[in-house]
Amino acid sequence: MTEDPVVRPFMLTGGRTQPLQDGLRIETQLQAVPAALSAPLRFEARRIVELCQAPMSVADLSVALAAPLGVVRVIVADLITQGLIRVRTAPDALSTALIERIRDRVRAL
Amino acid sequence: MFGRSDLADAPPPVAVKVVVSGGFGVGKTTFVGAVSEIEPLVTEAEMTEKSIGVDDTWAVLGKTTTTVALDFGRITLDDALLLYLFGTPGQDRFAFFWDDLVTGALGAIVLVDTRRIEECFPSIDYFEDHDIPFIVGVNTFDGARRFDLAEIRDALGLPGEHPLLECDARQRESVKRVLVALTEQVLARRLARQAGAS
Repeated sequence: MTEDPVVRPFMLTGGRTQPLQDGLRIETQLQAVPAALSAPLRFEARRIVELCQAPMSVADLSVALAAPLGVVRVIVADLITQGLIRVRTAPDALSTALIERIRDRVRAL
Repeated sequence: MFGRSDLADAPPPVAVKVVVSGGFGVGKTTFVGAVSEIEPLVTEAEMTEKSIGVDDTWAVLGKTTTTVALDFGRITLDDALLLYLFGTPGQDRFAFFWDDLVTGALGAIVLVDTRRIEECFPSIDYFEDHDIPFIVGVNTFDGARRFDLAEIRDALGLPGEHPLLECDARQRESVKRVLVALTEQVLARRLARQAGAS
């Protein structure tokens, strides 16, 4: 069993539970713009910008910060609104070539 | 404000997601862990007013939250392609989370434990209702009574052409075969629909 966290999860978001941006999937790849490192950010927002120097997903961030997905979503959405994080928008439909590539790569693992 | 040149030259990798479902204790965590390159766990906070009185809840803004652990795995397929695996939490309490998990998924894997075959019914119903491609993996536990695959197919009400295969969630090669079978099912469905549309 996990222990109760010391900080209530949505304390990190000022109590907000709804992200400003919709459509942030848990696997969505996020990357910080270079200027984000010099932005005046605190705590988790700062950590997220540091972690997103290389592309990272919401789920990866959740693991790295030991914070629930919903909390990470709210903070990431704020950073996107501020222009500090960019989203790699996933294609609406996966191409046949991409699915074949997944199949072949998994086979070769 | 920021030009394209501000970002690194290589675009971020494409991320594709597969959902792993089935009843409690069917082996989802083991399945994900068998191929993942990271520790398979991520958490979500459930916001609900209904769970007041449950042990592990605490008040936030007049609501309560509980934390649920989700199976989560990642496989780097190549430098531009990532495969994520997500286990679905119990549908009785965490149904609200399913749509979010499943949106945009390549497809789903439903794991079946033949000792408690009915526990996978909600998963199968969900993926059928939402028109999400899925395959069924019959997890062969030690000591579990083996059923004929045709019997299991009947019990699940699956048509004869629907992919159903035995697997061992502990074995990486077995899990890989299930993932490959899912991609083939997705491709086959696509071909069938194209043929139907022309």
